[in-house]
Amino acid sequence: MTFLFYLFSALALFGGIGVVVNRNPVSSAISMILSFLGLAALFIQLDAFLVGILQILVYAGAIMVLFLFIIMLLDVREEQRRRRSIVHFIGASGVAIAFVALVITVLSRGDIGKANFTALTESKGPGTSDVHQIGELLFSTYWFPVQIVAVLLLVATVGVVVLSKKELK
Amino acid sequence: MESALTLNHFLFVSAALFAIGLAGVLLRRNLIIIFMCLELMLAAANLTLVAFSRFNVQDGHPHYDGQVLLFFIITVAAAEVAVGLAIIVALFRTKETTDVTKVNSMKY
Repeated sequence: MTFLFYLFSALALFGGIGVVVNRNPVSSAISMILSFLGLAALFIQLDAFLVGILQILVYAGAIMVLFLFIIMLLDVREEQRRRRSIVHFIGASGVAIAFVALVITVLSRGDIGKANFTALTESKGPGTSDVHQIGELLFSTYWFPVQIVAVLLLVATVGVVVLSKKELK
Repeated sequence: MESALTLNHFLFVSAALFAIGLAGVLLRRNLIIIFMCLELMLAAANLTLVAFSRFNVQDGHPHYDGQVLLFFIITVAAAEVAVGLAIIVALFRTKETTDVTKVNSMKY
């Protein structure tokens, strides 16, 4: 269990680093898929099966295909090697490292983060799986946000059609 | 020595992934890569939600509210990517570039 955690978090993190350091956009996109697969495995390790599968289907499947499609449509070339100012590099990585240091400091002070895994009741029979539970919540407590999200998707579709018109006015 | 997994493990991975995405946004100049790094940051935040949901067990079930929120986040992310990429294509049509350093005027 612990070994699998380290394996998949390494996969997610190295995929993420690959996105940043690869000069070729297509390799970046492939690293991103790798990173999302590792992340989905972590979700499944956290007993969130529906969310893990959604992560693979929506992110690694739909969204990354869209990205690859656009990269190939625009024929994006490799970024030209340019003398990058060292200040720029140090600044950016400094901000990132400072963020991680901040999170580690905050988390190591409190007791919340020291919680261990607590056992879940075995799901037996229909109506006990996480898909069922989440579905029930979505269509009872959260019925209104579901409607809003539906409208949002419609707006996004219309927006994309408007933006892709030949002449922007 | 093998130590048991705690909530902190997952939160640290999430923070590291978020930081990588942040560094990517700051370092890269290609608009599409910047957009991909934004998605990476969003996905890292998702991990935090699922971890908190799993470690907040009630009656032998994880707290499903976090996972429902994740469902909405994924939906919004999909809509956001569609619109964002359409904007990038529209930008490419007028500027012929996806380099953010070359996109520095408000008027097209």
